[in-house]
Parts: sequence; structure tokens; C-alpha cells
Amino acid sequence: MSIMVDSATKLCVSGITGREGTFHSLRNRDYGTQVVGGVTPGKGGQDVDGIRVFNTFHEAVSHTGANTAMIFVPPRFAADSILEAEDAGIGLIVAITEGIPAHDELRVFNTLKKNGRARLVGPNCPGILSPGKANVGIIPAAFFKQGNVGVVSRSGTLTYQIGNVLAQRGFGNSTIVGIGGDPVPGSDFIDVIAMFQEDPETELIVMCGEIGGDAEERAAEFIAANVTKPVVAYIAGFTAPPGKTMGHAGAIVSGSHGTAKAKAEALESKGVRVGRTPTEVAEVAVSLLGTAA
Amino acid sequence: MDLLEYQGKQLFERHGVPVPTGRPASTVEEAVLAADEIGYPAVIKAQVQIGGRGKAGGIKIARNRDEARAHAAAILGMDIRGLTVHEVWVEGASEIASEYYASVIFDRSAKAPLLMLSTNGGMDIEEVAASDPQAIARLHVDPLLGLQDFHGRRLAYEAGVDADVVRPVGDMLAKLYRVFVEEDATLVEVNPMIVTPERQVKALDAKVTLDDNALYRHPENAALRDISAEDPQERMAKERGLTYVKLEGNIGVLGNGAGLVMSTLDVVAEAGGAPANFLDAGGGSKAEAITSAVEVILSDPKVKAVLFNIFGGITRCDEVARGLIEAFAQINPTVPFVVRLDGTNDVEGRRLLAEANLPNVVTESTMDGAAAKVVELAAAVPA
Repeated sequence: MSIMVDSATKLCVSGITGREGTFHSLRNRDYGTQVVGGVTPGKGGQDVDGIRVFNTFHEAVSHTGANTAMIFVPPRFAADSILEAEDAGIGLIVAITEGIPAHDELRVFNTLKKNGRARLVGPNCPGILSPGKANVGIIPAAFFKQGNVGVVSRSGTLTYQIGNVLAQRGFGNSTIVGIGGDPVPGSDFIDVIAMFQEDPETELIVMCGEIGGDAEERAAEFIAANVTKPVVAYIAGFTAPPGKTMGHAGAIVSGSHGTAKAKAEALESKGVRVGRTPTEVAEVAVSLLGTAA
Repeated sequence: MDLLEYQGKQLFERHGVPVPTGRPASTVEEAVLAADEIGYPAVIKAQVQIGGRGKAGGIKIARNRDEARAHAAAILGMDIRGLTVHEVWVEGASEIASEYYASVIFDRSAKAPLLMLSTNGGMDIEEVAASDPQAIARLHVDPLLGLQDFHGRRLAYEAGVDADVVRPVGDMLAKLYRVFVEEDATLVEVNPMIVTPERQVKALDAKVTLDDNALYRHPENAALRDISAEDPQERMAKERGLTYVKLEGNIGVLGNGAGLVMSTLDVVAEAGGAPANFLDAGGGSKAEAITSAVEVILSDPKVKAVLFNIFGGITRCDEVARGLIEAFAQINPTVPFVVRLDGTNDVEGRRLLAEANLPNVVTESTMDGAAAKVVELAAAVPA
């Protein structure tokens, strides 16, 4: 088992004819993901290395039965593309695009929530990888192998860092979910942790947070009330100055809100182990899981 | 992007929010001319993006031309908590019967705009929230529905504004909400929002934060950048399309991915060092971007040593190594570098660095080891 993406995933990529879109669609297909189509308005009928391109998501869904969308279009078209995928009946939408206006994200989030048909992961995220099954996004799959650690993270490279240390110690992952670094993520820690709790393959959960917002604090409450599996956390940005956006649009300490210290304390007060460095997080995870078989 | 008070007021004016008449000025002569035109008494207000301007002597009332000249001369060039005043805003002095507080905030947690209204205006709202949370009326607006008249009425009644201004306060909230949505703001705050003795409601201050990601659809706002408030390194980095934040320490840091760079700063601090900057070279960085980033980091004279922390995913370690070798060829840095390359093409990257045999470059295989090494090297450099 795994969550969100697996061998049943049928992926349709919005922006498949762009440079990045083509590159990553083909990489995802090489990994074994079923990439059934792409969408680029005006390029319907063409193909990208054998992957058929459609003008609209509706057309793509009716021809291919796509159940998952990946959004690669530039920020000014991304909100529209997400809404189109949802309108066409796609159940899981993974938005890689960085730089979508915050008000667009608000509109998209509330529309999807109101309709209750689709789950959005991202925007501004590296995607989702279920090792050995499917890769939807830009996560370099070579660092990860199949296993029992579920990872949910606001940061891409930090996830690779932690996953790599785990792999070196002989552990693998059920699924790695990048929820992204924007202020309004479609899915947050709670959504993903709840899925890992239900997933029989996942035995331990690693969550990677950072400064800004209160998603980690809310996750701490949720874990205390609902999660029986061990959770290990990492929070980046202890030394970030207030009022500065640290790369990710959502990574900002506003006044006294959103500090790494407050997040780490909230998690620790609910019994979640918080590693001080990415390496330490991996080590704590290893010690909790015991030695690899 | 944070706007200066007067930029916010000009934005308000475009949306029909009542504000006092005023003009910006960057010289004493301009300020005097503006005050003459507006009439006395006039208020001269320092334009810097920081609170506590009044306490610092940055806001003064001029009753005549001599006072306008004296105040403008004192305020222009003044240092307010580290920021130099390059501009003043001159506006007609307002008579105040009541001071309220109003704001529209992008509430990430609720994923909806949050409207706040209080009759305790003119004070630090965080203090009001801490000491008397009941004094602030709050309301979330469904962004798909938008602000309705009843929202404004309800907030005005709940906040307890004077009965005769319930309608104008509601109108004001509707207009502030429109500014928030139509200008892609993430914060619109008016403190104080005043009621004059003639019972007019006006925005006496304006604090507006705009979403940088939406500036492409507001070219007129994109031009409002307050370049004087920007740090020289941050400006240089912005022009080069790099994500850079200046910090206080002496260890330059470059990494790929915002989370990894934040984490690197923490690990350096944990090892006893002080980072000089945050620099995210981004995913898929090519050699030229690395060279350019090294120039930005080294343009900060405080930097005594530099740490490269790369975990290659999309980014290829051999490209990073080529960029660093090129940077050494072009700018010949004199400070030591510690380089940690891991991930995609790391073996090739390390081989390139070893072959180039750059002076003052040490490679480390782990993030923690690299942090410890750079802290040691920075400490060894004489101040």
C-alpha cells in the first residue's frame, strides 16, 4: 500500500508541451507511472514522445480515463488549470507551479473544498512519490526505495536529504508527499498524516515543517488526538529573522507568529520527537524502527 | 511587498477610501511647497516601513511655513530604527473625535480573509488583542462570496462604533475589502481610522502589503518598490533573479531549495556560527547562476567564509562545481569555501573540484560536518 499515487494512477499533465513539463512527464513515465495524456490548449492532436496531447482536460479525461493531474503551467495560468482539472472530474491534482498569486490560491482552495470532489496537493511542491509504484512530480526517485516510512514535507530538498539518510540506513518509504511552501496549500500536514495513519504499509511518519503559518501546531493537536503511529518531526528556520520571506512564499515569521521554536514546542508537548538537524531526524526514525531487516 | 504609508493612501484614494489630502516630498523645499498648498496646520510624516515613527520624532505638526521648513529639515535624513528617511508625506491636519482600528488580513489558517474592527484605535493592535481581546470584532469572509453589506453592519455593531457612523464605517470596510481583493493585497490595515467632529470617517494611516506573486497583473504597483529601503546585496540579488535574504553574521551560505537553506542556517548556528545570508540557488541551477550567486554573497564585506550545501535533486552537483570553478576564475575570492555536494552527479562534482584544486576550498561529505568546518574557518579569519 501507499497513499495518493500508485500503479492505478493515470496521469494527465497540464503544460506537457513546455520544456519542464515534457522533461518531468517523461521522467515520471520512465519510472513506471502511467502517463496517459497531456493538456495544452491549441496543441490538441499532437503528441509528446507518444503521449497524446489534448486541448482540454474534459477531452483528456473522456479519452484516457485520467484520474490524476499534474500542473506544470506558468503561475498566471495555473489556478485556471487546476479548476479545469477539477471540473473535468479528476480526483487528485498535483500542482508543481511556483508563484501562483495568493488570492488565486484562496479561490481555488475554497472552490475545491465547497465542491468536495478533488484533492489538491501543492502548489509550489515537488509532487508525490510512492517508491516502486508511481512518481508524480519532480522528486528524484533514485534516492528512495520502497519501505514503511511515510514522509510529508513543505520542502523538497530537505525531503531528499532525510530520505537519503534513511535509505543509507536501509529504510525505505511508503509514500513521500511534498505539500509545498505556499501560504495556502491544497493539502496540509493533517490531511496527509491522516492518510498515513490509515495506510497499512506506513509504520512511521516523518513530517518536515518550516516557519510561517500554524499548520505544524494544528498537526500537533491532530496527532495527539488521532495518530497511533510514531511521528518524528523536523522544523526549519530557527534562525530566520521576523518579517522576511525565506524563499518559500509561506515561510515568514509574522511578528511573534509562525516561529520554528513555537512549532517545535507544540509538537514536543504532544509527544512528537523533533530532530534538531535533518540527520538527527533520520537517526531518530531509525532508532524507533529498529535495525533494518 | 510592503507599501509606504503614502503609497497605501494613494491606492486607497483610487478605490474611494476617504483619506486626508496630501503630497509626498523628498526635499525640504518640496515639503514646504506642499504644506503651503495644502494649508496649515499640516502634518509632516516620515515615510519608512517601520512602526513607532511618532515616538521617534518622525511625525510633526507644522502651524506655519517656518515650522514646516524646520520639521521637514529635521525629519528628512533622520534615522528611525536603522532606516533612513528619504521621503516625507505632507497632509492636512485632521481633527479627531474618535480613533478606530480596521484591517483585512489574509488568514492562512482559516484560508479566508479576516476582517477586524475595534474602537480602540491608535494603539498597537497586538497589545489590544492581548490585553482585551473582546475589544476587537472579527469576521471571516467567504472569498467566493465576497464582502456583503451585512458583514460591515454586523462588525460595526459588534465593535460598538458610534451609532451615527455605522453606515460610513461599513462603507469603509467594503472599500478596504475591495482594495484587498482587487490589488492582490495580503494585508490592508488602517490605524487609526478616525471619525472627525463633522462625523466623517477617514483613513489616517495606511499599511498595505501586496502579494509579490501577483504584481504581474498590477504593473503600476510593481513600480512602487521602495528601493531606498532595500539592502544593496538584496537589490543586487533581485536584479539577478536570486532568492537572497541578508542576515547579521559572517558566514555566507548557498544551498538549493528554501527548506534546505533554512535548515543550513540553523545547523551553522547550532555549530556556533552566524550566517551572513540566506541564498537559495533554486532547482536546476546552472553554472552561471552559481557564479552570479557567489558574487552576491561576496559583495557583503562581512563575509569571512562561505558554505555551499547542495543536495542535488534536479540540481546537478557537477553543474554547481563548474559554477564554483568559474567563479574562482572570474573573481578569485580570498575567503575560504566549504563545499558539501551530495545527490545527483555528486561523484562527478567532487572529482571536478578535486581536479581544479582551487585554493581555499574544502570539501565535506555531510551537512553537519560542513557546518562545523565553516564555523571553524570563519573564526580563524582575523576580524
